[in-house]
Amino acid sequence: MNKLDSKFGDFGGMYVPELLIPALDQLEQAFIDAQQDPEFQKEFMDLLNNYAGRPTAMTLSKNLVSNPKVKLYLKREDLLHGGAHKTNQVLGQALLTKRMGKTEVIAETGAGQHGVATALACALMGLKARIYMGAKDVERQAPNVFRMRLMGAEVIPVDSGSGTLKDAVNEALRDWSANYDKAHYLLGTAAGPHPFPTIVREFHRMIGEETRAQIMEREGRLPDAVVACVGGGSNAIGMFADFIDTPEVKLIGVEPAGKGLHTEEHGAAICKGTKGILHGTYSYIMQDKFGQIEESYSVSAGLDYPAVGPQHAYLNDIGRAEYVAASDEEALNAFQLLSRKEGIIPALESSHALAHALNMADEAEEETIIVVNLSGRGDKDLAHVRSVLGDAYDG
Amino acid sequence: MDRYAKMFNRLNDAKEGAFVPFVTVGDPDQETSISIMQCLIDNGADALELGIPYSDPIADGPTIQHASIRALSSGATPDTCFDAIAQIRKDNPDMPIGLLLYSNLVMVKGLESFYQQAADAGVDSILVADVPLREAEPFIEVANKTGIKQILIAPPNATDETFAAIGEKSQGYTYLLGRAGVTGAETAVEIPADELISKLKQHKVAPPLLGFGISKPQQVKDAIAAGAAGAISGSATVNIIAENLDNKDVMLKNLGNFVQEMKAATK
Repeated sequence: MNKLDSKFGDFGGMYVPELLIPALDQLEQAFIDAQQDPEFQKEFMDLLNNYAGRPTAMTLSKNLVSNPKVKLYLKREDLLHGGAHKTNQVLGQALLTKRMGKTEVIAETGAGQHGVATALACALMGLKARIYMGAKDVERQAPNVFRMRLMGAEVIPVDSGSGTLKDAVNEALRDWSANYDKAHYLLGTAAGPHPFPTIVREFHRMIGEETRAQIMEREGRLPDAVVACVGGGSNAIGMFADFIDTPEVKLIGVEPAGKGLHTEEHGAAICKGTKGILHGTYSYIMQDKFGQIEESYSVSAGLDYPAVGPQHAYLNDIGRAEYVAASDEEALNAFQLLSRKEGIIPALESSHALAHALNMADEAEEETIIVVNLSGRGDKDLAHVRSVLGDAYDG
Repeated sequence: MDRYAKMFNRLNDAKEGAFVPFVTVGDPDQETSISIMQCLIDNGADALELGIPYSDPIADGPTIQHASIRALSSGATPDTCFDAIAQIRKDNPDMPIGLLLYSNLVMVKGLESFYQQAADAGVDSILVADVPLREAEPFIEVANKTGIKQILIAPPNATDETFAAIGEKSQGYTYLLGRAGVTGAETAVEIPADELISKLKQHKVAPPLLGFGISKPQQVKDAIAAGAAGAISGSATVNIIAENLDNKDVMLKNLGNFVQEMKAATK
């Protein structure tokens, strides 16, 4: 039986083949032990501080917001080594891999950010990494494929199904079910079967904890709202975790509306999806009426996932967090605005959160402090954004 | 007496093991799929194990993934699958028919209404590939209510606690995993050690059928010699479909020969 709670209300659980249960139990036990082991915590903190660059800065935007009543802060996960928040939890899980005596790591990646984070952690810790990536994504994200290979990871293109992130997860799970003895599955988001949603949340929890301390120091009070983008939901749950029991802080998750929530081309599992099971967890997913999983879509590959972490589904249903959506167009606008006004090029994922925060800022009638989790930097998106917007800037 | 119990009694009396082929319903299309299922029965299958096509089959290797894709492309849905099964049931009143499928297909329809639909189509058992014992309680409850046997998987790496729970809850038969990994003929079955078989006996689990990586008559023979009640062969069966998509007559002939050879090895 599970030692930690495997569910968030009805959501979550362990909907995987019986074969994987011992590996998930082993992981749960290793995580519980590590959380209570000062040596582990010391090593994790050392890596976070001296390798990854924590704590990350929190920047008050100077030119972005015209409403004088609003202060918009950016939690700068884009400054973390690897270019996104992903590095936090990957370092934690890589340490758990070693603790379990495993020598190999399996991971999935969509845009390549989790793959890059996995590759760097495995290079550092002498683990052998193989990373599943949809064949289409391998083509679309060539620079990240090169980064992963440069750091010694094997990148395996996945042709099955739609050739994107969800198929890469399927393939990683299949690999794991044959190789759990020596390999750890280093899942990249706060989804999947228990204990992954809990582990990923706890290994990203410092995002919200630092935010709380930094805002108290700068403003002497808590923010009115924290805003984060939600694909699988790892950066959002990292930002939310420390505020869940502080009801005066609004938690706002921004899903990808793609070409619009009225179209079929989006990735808004909470806003538009229905309850179901994907990749081992019961949550909101995108599916047809028979339960076949539908393709998601977003301009941002990191949000292009047809499900969401189970704790977000729960926070939505109990009304503790609010989930909204921002379209490709709104995200691209926010991407350009932050670049031009503040000299920060954000990831397209984080641009979704920023887009919604800017709308909130425009509408605010009282003194308001908003913190946006700027979960990653936009370098990886330059080629793609240039292909979409190039005409406005080239020549 | 239920169809599985009758089958095992009959086979015990004849000192035979069971041979159970698996195919995905609707692969490659509804009409051919019905011919395929009847062909398997006519050539000596003791029971049928049937997949309902699903978009994200995480416990399946490429062979059965492709079967799902073919079936879905031909327009298969759980409803059309149940229509096909109902036809097979009508013509084969004593044949044990089991489903092997994924949880989301059940969840989206609602457990009770899915199981009832299966029961109405003449299904005897349901195995949900991604529902381990730990999540199985609601499924078992609905199975009991609708007269379906909930089939449980006994993996080679299970703890004693898991074996004990399977012993307590298993009905119909127990799906004994021949190895780790996903379905597929590429990696051969590992014949279970005496220790595993004696554990199953000790915990009084429902008769174990060995599956995963069984493609040859010798493996069927070895499985039964080791103490399994029979063998399930999925990917090897589906491969014959995949290799003969352009010639239905050859497909059915080869499927028939395959089932006869595998069945002969149970005697």
